[in-house]
Amino acid sequence: MAAISRDEVANLARLARIAMSDAELDHLAGEMDVILGAVARVQEVAGKDVPATSHPLDVNNVVREDEVLPSLLPSEALSGAPASEDQRFKVPQILGEE
Amino acid sequence: MSIRDNASQMATALANKEISAVELTNQHYQQIEAVDKDVHAFLHLDKEGAISQATEIDKKRAAGEKLSPLAGVPLALKDVLTQKGVPTTCGSKILEGWRPPYDSTVVSKLKSAGIIILGKTNMDEFAMGSSTENSAFGPTHNPWDLSRIPGGSGGGSAAALAAFEAPLSIGTDTGGSIRQPAAVTGTVGVKPTYGGVSRYGLVAFSSSLDQAGPCARTVLDTALLHQVIAGFDPKDSTSINHAVPDVVAAAKKLEVKGMKIGIVKQLSGSGYQKGVENKFNEAIVELVKLGAEIVEVSCPNFEYALAAYYLIAPSECSSNLARFDSIRFGLRVGDDGSKGAEEVMNLTRQAGFGREVKRRIILGTYALSSGYYDAYYGSAQKVRTLIKRDFEAAFEKCDVLVSPTAPTTAFKIGEKADDPLAMYLNDIATIPVNMAGIGGMSLPCGLAEEDGLPVGFQIMSPAMKDDRMYIVGGALEAALLAKWGKPILDFAPKLAGSK
Repeated sequence: MAAISRDEVANLARLARIAMSDAELDHLAGEMDVILGAVARVQEVAGKDVPATSHPLDVNNVVREDEVLPSLLPSEALSGAPASEDQRFKVPQILGEE
Repeated sequence: MSIRDNASQMATALANKEISAVELTNQHYQQIEAVDKDVHAFLHLDKEGAISQATEIDKKRAAGEKLSPLAGVPLALKDVLTQKGVPTTCGSKILEGWRPPYDSTVVSKLKSAGIIILGKTNMDEFAMGSSTENSAFGPTHNPWDLSRIPGGSGGGSAAALAAFEAPLSIGTDTGGSIRQPAAVTGTVGVKPTYGGVSRYGLVAFSSSLDQAGPCARTVLDTALLHQVIAGFDPKDSTSINHAVPDVVAAAKKLEVKGMKIGIVKQLSGSGYQKGVENKFNEAIVELVKLGAEIVEVSCPNFEYALAAYYLIAPSECSSNLARFDSIRFGLRVGDDGSKGAEEVMNLTRQAGFGREVKRRIILGTYALSSGYYDAYYGSAQKVRTLIKRDFEAAFEKCDVLVSPTAPTTAFKIGEKADDPLAMYLNDIATIPVNMAGIGGMSLPCGLAEEDGLPVGFQIMSPAMKDDRMYIVGGALEAALLAKWGKPILDFAPKLAGSK
């Protein structure tokens, strides 16, 4: 049995906000099955007594003094935006008609 | 003075006013003009910026100002680091045309040191790949054989060195993207200790693994560049606030007598191309002649490193690449007034991302999803602990660890393009270093008998002991140079039109 179905891949693509054609989904579902088969072996050695490592360093939250420093001008911050208006990012509609 | 000289030789010629920074920069652009149509190491050239930078350096030198050692020497920058006003694509259509409004810390440091940035180099899209074939702008070709890959993801940065288009370059290494390209192009590349070089302005792929580092044609040049870009940066919360080890003195030491060098059992023996294994073993013989002590160490959990990496890196990438949402920068597709933000986002990401990036985002989304998190991402994090422990135990017995850098020499373009798993295996020997956040170097150790292509020798050192890999690398390089009679790149066929 496949580790992952085509429907599951379609759902993941939806969650990841990537539109996919039927051909892309067919292809990716096959590849995902092979890759998941190969990476599943991490479970062989991951015993309950082994702590997880999320990062190579002991990461602590870093804070600095709250001081005013130079930052980007609105024109600079918007310089790469696909669309802008009145010093704001212009986005497509985010709510329905109602 | 020739463009085939090393960066240190160029620096001396500049200091002695035998050549100006403008002349040196122009000579490199002439070489790029002559060979880059075949090599395709660069995605973008910033001639205007580079010449103006070089003019400034020449003025300062004429005025007798004290300059840093590499002032006026040209460099090629991987297109994953921001440079203000200069296109930064990460090899992706989704960022095509984006000009960042700020410099990465690496670029700020290069500019302060007077290093001339010639342009941005080609790479696998968002640094995901081992061949540079995943670039949305076409592959880079290996200067040793144009039908072969230059490694990846930093194939452009490595090829630029091997084609004498630049004496220095910057790479980034998440699972081997500096070291494997160095190995297959006969150049030197170093992944510093994680946190040693700031990630500010490095477009994130896998934040707990990504690290920028220096690339050059010699160990000493690599060390000189390392010294420039390393150091604490308050703009990166994972930057290490600790003095940078003296890597330049280490590269000049040329003395390994009494050092303990560990061969990792799991990264040696079968599984490597015959010529790779042979050249690695011959380099070990040289180290023994120099008085180093060789010990064998076992790191049993390295066997699981590749599997764990291909869960951790995609998981972090699925989160990091969410920022490419068609709102703040880059591509926007389908915004014709009739579609909502989500649909525009879906269409933009479909058009803007290539196959490997989509594959990894989907894999990461799966590994992080509820119901699968513990089995996949959670287990991979536990493997990471086991790998760290293996390294800790190994470094109790030796000063550095060594292995071949890559399982094979450069393969043909297209050979593995349709087989993701075969491609992933290129990183089998380089990944453990990233998982533990330690330092790793690749330097050339010879040409494989069967194909005449360069082989890389990997040296791994404990966290913040980066000087150790430079000590061993410098000494081995000197011994091999004496044996060969000339630098390894002098054995490469001359490119058409090359100086």
